Amino acid sequence: MDDLTRMVIDYVAREYLEEGDNRTLTEDTPLISGGIVDSFSMVSLKVFLEKKCAIQIPNDEATPDAFDTVRRIVALVDNVKRRTA
Amino acid sequence: MRASPEISQAMAVGSPMAIHWAGIAHELDYQPGGILNIGWQCSDRVCLKGRGAKTALLWEDALGRRREFTFDDLRVHTNTMARYLTGLGLEPGERICMFMDRLPELYFGLLAILKMGGVAQPLFSAFGEESLLVRLADAGTAAILTQRKHAGKVRRIREALPALREVIVVDADGAALNPGERAFSLDREPPVEQFDAYPSRAETPSILHYTSGTTGPPKGAQHVHGSILAQYDTARLVLDLRPGDVYWCNADPGWVTGTSYGIIGPWANATTQAVLDAGFNAARWYQFIASHRVTVWYSAPTAIRLLMREGADLAKRFGLESLRHLASVGEPLNPEAVVWSQATFGRPFHDTFWQTETGAIVIANLPGMKVKPGSMGRPVPGVEAAIVDPRTGAPITGPGRVGTIAIRPDWPSMMRGYRGKPAAYEKKFLNGWYLCGDRAHVDADGYFWFVGRDDDVINTGGHLVGPFEIESALLEHRAVAESAAVAMPDPVNMEVVKAFVALKPGFSPSDDLELEIMNLVRRRLSPLAMPQKIEFVTSLPKTRSGKILRRVLRAREWGEPVGDLSTMMDE
Repeated sequence: MDDLTRMVIDYVAREYLEEGDNRTLTEDTPLISGGIVDSFSMVSLKVFLEKKCAIQIPNDEATPDAFDTVRRIVALVDNVKRRTA
Repeated sequence: MRASPEISQAMAVGSPMAIHWAGIAHELDYQPGGILNIGWQCSDRVCLKGRGAKTALLWEDALGRRREFTFDDLRVHTNTMARYLTGLGLEPGERICMFMDRLPELYFGLLAILKMGGVAQPLFSAFGEESLLVRLADAGTAAILTQRKHAGKVRRIREALPALREVIVVDADGAALNPGERAFSLDREPPVEQFDAYPSRAETPSILHYTSGTTGPPKGAQHVHGSILAQYDTARLVLDLRPGDVYWCNADPGWVTGTSYGIIGPWANATTQAVLDAGFNAARWYQFIASHRVTVWYSAPTAIRLLMREGADLAKRFGLESLRHLASVGEPLNPEAVVWSQATFGRPFHDTFWQTETGAIVIANLPGMKVKPGSMGRPVPGVEAAIVDPRTGAPITGPGRVGTIAIRPDWPSMMRGYRGKPAAYEKKFLNGWYLCGDRAHVDADGYFWFVGRDDDVINTGGHLVGPFEIESALLEHRAVAESAAVAMPDPVNMEVVKAFVALKPGFSPSDDLELEIMNLVRRRLSPLAMPQKIEFVTSLPKTRSGKILRRVLRAREWGEPVGDLSTMMDE
């Protein structure tokens, strides 16, 4: 597991999982459709990624589908980084 | 709760509206002045009419697990939960909170509380502990039904809630609970075949829904069992529910749409409803509609705009031909969404207008009526609505003239008071009208067109958020000296929260600080209340008496004129 994946999983677990929620998060755990992160909270996740990765994720790419798993989030971040490199 | 003098006066008049509602009462076998219990109406009565074997609930969760319940199951499960609650010593009239995701127990529990005479207080499960505390303390809530994943929030505030006697966890499943908590399992509890429903009357309190205003903490809008007349009637007339329908309401029962049209309206009509306990995913939603053959879909503009972003091609990959009628609520439905749904689903979304306080739809695009994209529609049968001058309550006539939307009391589902705040309740009435607080105009055909809110309340994704709550939470952060929360435009949610924050000496704006403040509000209040943007400022615009001028900040966000600045201190 790379550093970015680990960082996102840790952040989601810390910020969004309820105290009594015992789910183990993986790269493929559904976040939005699974009810862990709602579409409003997605904004703070987007801000977190932008700050930590020094990127700007275009709003039209920050869709619930693109944020539904950590794997998709990492792919989105990599894609944005590649385009702006 | 007492009726407003305005209402008492209106009730004495034998208006055509009263005749309409008398007809609806007859349909529900309700004799005015007699017993009327929503819990019984939605379960036992349906079974007595011979529809006990019909499917009441098709439930599915994020993992794809499915459960199906008949109306007879609904009757027995609500009996079982009602008996359990009564056995704990909970009394009629006590407030009992439902704080859980969309589990079957949420739907059964709400009706069970009503059956035993309690006042159901559903709260959105994404609420943070501060939002929960404020609402439970104000209601003097005696018991809360929750689930393991949300129990932590209840534990952290329980000491501050002396009236809270019972914490009931519906999915403990053998897991250890804290002292003072009880496990309840619907599958393990002995089923109760017979339960004598509480003999409530039309004016007996039923559901307490909290709603946000511009000033002060949220207010509890108290509804009564008589509301079922309006919910039953409008579910059939506006949502077009018919005997063979499978109906899906997207709303969470933590909000009024989720109780009026996610529980009471459809089940009073003996309609099969589908519930998806999962977050948003366009493909998943379409799959849900296709697999359950959903015929009537009641959604919200925010959800529709999210679907629009995913494109019409995605929708066309699924067999959605079962859909017969589409409706929307929560915020104005933009014309593009109506046109898109016509092109994508072959039928338009019908906008409907109502509020927590009205308890049921009051203005709508009825089935069969010409839909004017962007219009809220016309007053529904049994409801008299007008545009009035907000200062005098005098009706404003003539196409295009803007005023406040007003409804003539009383209609059956009107709130009967704000809990503990009689003055705030009285202020909602003027010159014989209930004032909605939304500005609109009426065209020559009698269609209402939304213009904006009369106050500083933020309508985000169809949910009202009060600036006072957000600003109070912001002040809990060690770095925040003062703040103002206003609405800023958003292409998906219509409005989102933006916070202007002035920092205390010794603190400087930073990315980390912005994220820290956003997450604080999200955890304390809810994701809806979290500022989507924070602007750090050195000072806020104020009147000479020191009151923050939110309207100035809001106007700047929307590119509107800031209005009279004569009272503003020099910045």
